[in-house]
Parts: sequence; structure tokens; C-alpha cells
Amino acid sequence: MTTKDEPARRVSSFYLAIILVIFILSLSALYIAFENIINQSDPGSSYSFLAVGFFGLALLGYMLLQTRPKPMRAIVETPRVITTLECPKCDFKNIRDFQRGDYIFKETGPCQKCDETMKITAIYREAKKKEQ
Amino acid sequence: MITEVAGLLTGGGDIVSVIIQFAISAIFVLFLFYGQRFQTRIMLREVESHLRRLNLIRDDGRKMAIETIKEIGKPKGNPAERVDQFLEYIAITPQSMDPSGIVWKLEHVLDVRDVRFKDEVKLMAPEADETQLNNLENTLEAAMALNMIYKVIRHFYLLGKKTNSLYVIMQIQMVLPIIMKQAEAYAHALRAFASGQPIGDGAGALVAAKLMQGYETKEIAKDVVAATVPIDGRTAYVLKAKGPGGNVGKPGDGIRKIIEEKKGNISTIIMIDAALKLEGEAPGEVAEGVGAAIGGPGVEQFKIEDAIVKHKIPVNAIIVKEDLGDAVSPMRKEVFDAVDPVIKRIKRLLLERTKKGDNVIIAGIGNTIGIGQ
Ligand SMILES: [Zn+2]
Repeated sequence: MTTKDEPARRVSSFYLAIILVIFILSLSALYIAFENIINQSDPGSSYSFLAVGFFGLALLGYMLLQTRPKPMRAIVETPRVITTLECPKCDFKNIRDFQRGDYIFKETGPCQKCDETMKITAIYREAKKKEQ
Repeated sequence: MITEVAGLLTGGGDIVSVIIQFAISAIFVLFLFYGQRFQTRIMLREVESHLRRLNLIRDDGRKMAIETIKEIGKPKGNPAERVDQFLEYIAITPQSMDPSGIVWKLEHVLDVRDVRFKDEVKLMAPEADETQLNNLENTLEAAMALNMIYKVIRHFYLLGKKTNSLYVIMQIQMVLPIIMKQAEAYAHALRAFASGQPIGDGAGALVAAKLMQGYETKEIAKDVVAATVPIDGRTAYVLKAKGPGGNVGKPGDGIRKIIEEKKGNISTIIMIDAALKLEGEAPGEVAEGVGAAIGGPGVEQFKIEDAIVKHKIPVNAIIVKEDLGDAVSPMRKEVFDAVDPVIKRIKRLLLERTKKGDNVIIAGIGNTIGIGQ
């Protein structure tokens, strides 16, 4: 991204002001609601105030959640790739991690058991269990 | 409820309830007139966060490509500037108003592009051998794709911001989940290419390689190797791209050449390729059918179809299913394990559809990176 078009990450003061106003209003609404309920006066509107107060607080929570910078996931995880070497003579098998330069049907070093040249017979990625 | 709202709007004489009433009305009016604006803003934010991730993926890809070039190619200077130039490379497809002969024009453009790429990579990485050059070329192409994706999304994001139009930003927001999947697939591909690991797309090439084990191979067309393999009394001409460098070769030329050599005396052609699966299908599932199983820009498919129609040679397809992510990331075990069932199907097909002594062509299609022969 060019520096000029970099979207601002900071939270604007206007946004903060709105949050503050909503916070004060919701608190006062809740205060009125509880006062009315305790005093048993005007029970109808006190529940409305209660609802407005909670709604305001919920909205506030959502807005705050939005401003929080989201944690960036790791870019891409490197999967584990496995190389299988086999001896054509004695069926000795060697399984190890992939190394640069490996390819399927490449002839590699001698067999640990009978000195015959080993061959790479498989290179594959182990799929994660959840993945389908 | 109505009485409560009415009570709220009329009752409660103190200043706080007046303010709350005012605020509620204001919010109502605000959403009535500016609802779409808000929606646009929310969508822009969403696209923005994806864009930031795309930027990270792209930068990571570029860095990885440069590091691999430094490690393998041992260039004298810093290849970064050359790589950046390369990432912006474009190829202009031929004009299709009069489509006759366009295949050859397209092939020519792609050939020129390929030669330019190879030369460019050679200059960047003078010490790399042929296999590594092919792998580096593939790596850079993946980095190029990531660069392109990022730029297109940024274009729509900025356009949406500029025009403040819900519809401009909506277009990109709707396809974003799929684009992100694609970008991640290319990021995986880049890693696989950089280290030379076989990818899912190579399933067809792997089948061919397994069939030609122990037989002599020769290069019959550009980057295509073939071996003559007897299978159950039939003579099979097995071909694949030349490995183990990242390469798809020109199987169309190879198949045409064999048909010409045998003067059309080929009783069937079997093509094996990896194909995109639908969601819900299992990776590594094998399916059969007819037709030239080959992807890409269509040039090779055209050549194959053109060659077989003259002699009316039936062409059978065997495909290994996988999704886009699997096709370009290191070959997963299910796809690798599909090789033996595919070979079984080939043998069954030969038994059922050909006679003893027939000539057949078996073509393993796909990128042969990390697969020898
Ligand atoms: Zn051994």
C-alpha cells in the first residue's frame, strides 16, 4: 500500500466523542430507571429507560469492539511435508522431513542395511485432522 | 409497548429524559437518511482489513521470492529491483474479433512470455540449474499473482472510498471471501515452488511418472518426456512434463507427435489430470469420463482435440479431484494415495476398450514440480 493511501488506524476524536455521549446518556437512563423503580413512581416509563440504557451500553460495547485493532492471523502456516525413502532391494523404509532438492523418484544415498541406492517414493503433506 | 413509548416521549419532565428523547429521534432520522452511508462505511472497513492482510501476504511472497533467488541463484547485486519490475510484467492477449487462428497467436504470445521469463530469471539467478530455474520462475509467477490480486482489491477499495458508492464497494465485498482463499492458495503455492515440493496439480504427472518407472525416457517435444511402456500386451506411450522442475510442458505437441509417428494408429488416448472438486466432494476422489482433460489457457487442449479429430481417436479422461488450495499447495496425502486407484482404472480401461497389440497414449497432465521420471 502506498503511504498516501494508508488507511488511518487511529480512532478519530469525533468517534470518541460519540462514544462518550452515548455512555453518559445510557448511564443517566439507567439511573432514572432504577430511581423510578425504587420509588415505585411511573413504572411504565422506567422500563423504557431501562431498555434504552442497556441498548446504549450494548451499542457502546459494539463500537469499542470495532475500534480495537484485530489481531492479524499468521500469514500462512507452512505445512509439514514428508519424504519417504525406500530401498528397492530390502524394503527398508526411511521417513523424514522434506529437504530442498528432494523429488519423487530421485535416487539418494545408500541404504543403511544393504548399501543399495535408495529412492524417494513419496512426498506428501500431512493434512490437518479437521480439514476436509 | 406503545403506551410505554408514548410515556417516554411525553413524560419525565427532567432534562435528562428530554436529551434521551432527542437522541433517539436524532438516531432515527440519521439512520433514515444516512443508513446507506453507514453500511458503506462498515463494508469499507471490512474490505480494508482484508486488504491489509492481502498486503501482508503479498509482501511476504515477494520477500520469500527474493530470499530464494539469493539463496539458490547467488546473484552479484540485490535482485529486489529486478523482482519488483518482474512482478508488474504483463502479457497482452491477441485480439479475438476475428477468432480464426487465434490459438496460434495466443501460443506465440505465451511462448514469447515464457522465453522472456526464463531469460529474466537466468539474469536474476545466474547460478541456478535448469530445475531450479523452473522452480524460481513458478515462484515468481505466484508472487505476481499475489501482487495482481492485491492491486485489484486495492483499486476497488479506493474507488469505493472515492465515490462513496455502496455498489462499487459491494461488488468487491461480495467476492472477497473467495479472493482471500485464492490469495492464500497462491501463498501456499509460492512456498511449495520455492522449495520444489510436488503440488496437488501434479497428480497426473505423478501417475505418468509411476508408469514410466524403469523405462527409458526421451524428450519428444518442448519440456515433454515420453516412454514406451508395455501394459498387458498393449504398447503405451506414456508422456508427462519434464521434471523435477516446475513445468507443465506442451503435452499437446507431444501427443500430436506420437499420433503422427504412428500415422494415426492409436486406439485410444487416456489423459490424467487434477480437477477442481466441488465443495462436499472428498479430496483425492477419482472420476472418469471422455474429453481432453487439461486446463490452462486452452492452447494445448485445442492442439490435442485438433490432432485426434483427424483420426477419430477416442479420448478418455481420468481426473483426481481436489480444491484450488490443494491443487497449488504441497500434494496432500489423499491425492498422493489416489495414484494407485488411477493406475488400476487405466488398466481396466485398456482391458475394456482396447485389444492386445494396440497402441495407446497415456498422458499425465499437470505441473511436475518435485516429480522426476
Ligand atoms: Zn536396502
